[in-house]
Amino acid sequence: MSTIKINIVSSSEEIYSGEATMVFATGTLGELGIAPGHTPLLTGLAAGPVRVQNGSEEEAFFCSGGFLEVQPDLVTVLSDTAERAESLDESEAIKAKEIAEQELANKDTSIDYAKASAQLAEAVARLKTIQKLRKKQ
Amino acid sequence: MANTKEVRKQIASIKSTQKITSAMEMVAASKMKKTQDTMLEGRPYSLKIKDVISHVALANSEYPHPFYEDRAIKKACFIVVSSDKGLCGGLNINLFKQVISKSAELNQQGIDSCFALIGTKASSFFKTIGGQVIAVSEKLGDKPNPDDLIGLTKVVLDMHKNNDIDQAYLCSNSFVNTMTQQPNVEQLIPLTPEEQTEPSPTQWDYIYEPEAKELLDGLLTRYIESLVYQAVIENNACEQAAKMIAMKNATDNAGDLIKELELLYNNVRQAAITQELSEIVGGASAV
Repeated sequence: MSTIKINIVSSSEEIYSGEATMVFATGTLGELGIAPGHTPLLTGLAAGPVRVQNGSEEEAFFCSGGFLEVQPDLVTVLSDTAERAESLDESEAIKAKEIAEQELANKDTSIDYAKASAQLAEAVARLKTIQKLRKKQ
Repeated sequence: MANTKEVRKQIASIKSTQKITSAMEMVAASKMKKTQDTMLEGRPYSLKIKDVISHVALANSEYPHPFYEDRAIKKACFIVVSSDKGLCGGLNINLFKQVISKSAELNQQGIDSCFALIGTKASSFFKTIGGQVIAVSEKLGDKPNPDDLIGLTKVVLDMHKNNDIDQAYLCSNSFVNTMTQQPNVEQLIPLTPEEQTEPSPTQWDYIYEPEAKELLDGLLTRYIESLVYQAVIENNACEQAAKMIAMKNATDNAGDLIKELELLYNNVRQAAITQELSEIVGGASAV
């Protein structure tokens, strides 16, 4: 029986890697069944199980969303670590902006390159001195 | 000449500092292992998404994504990944130096810069030197959650979408080994598709479910996010390694100082005894 390679990964770990005779997943537009030799497909995943069938064995993984790519001999599942909602992304973005604004309120937006390089040069010189001290002993 | 009491006090104070630095060294060593593991755990995802992205680049998509578009550059954004804590040698300084020199180079070509900062050290640095900071993300801890970086990445990508920036760079340290960390400034946007060695045999495209635009937007956003996340966890591993080395040096230096001071202490003590003896001898002969 022909098989298809399947990899399931999330950003913090590799979840599954192996061969399958059939893969079932919950796409954003509905349940998908992928057999070896499937035509190239790219789809979003909805929260739901991803089932990997190899002969009579079957394993299931929960996936909280992400993407699924199909090549004729390869299936890749890029799973998200958490459910993503547009509103959440938006609020996170606002948070990141707010911190920037709070920390750097009323400040010049152009860089003083001379000042920056002087400051960096001083720090580097300090580090070099420490290193020299170290070598001397 | 210094008196014995003073020298003794100094030795005691250096010894207590040495205890602290050696404890910090051990803490950094154990954390380094963990951060390295985290770094390795994150790798499969970034490799797989890279594979998918390279397939996507080969496909004859009906929708060319703006991330690939090479437009005239008026403004660039630097995502600077730094550590939250100091005492890690030249790690952050070396990175900032690269960022500043790249930004100065762009400035000469008439390209403005703005910055998205990760880590307390970067934000305090840019606070002193100026620069337009568009987003900050701090205190992510030793095991950052990918979700903590979504906001910052979104700010940058939104700016790109609105044509406020035309180029984005990712600046972080890459982990070579425990002794060496390499500061890097890499171009993030526009994405440069890897050189195609041979033309793809057939003209093919994906079946997109639902729409190509929606999917590619999502996928490429994830890709950028994964690159930023990977940079952050790698920078974390670098931080702990650099900290361990810095603290080891500090402990060794303290040891050397103590040795010198002990020598001085013995000299002073010897001098005092000699003086006392000669006084007694002198006194006895006077009698």
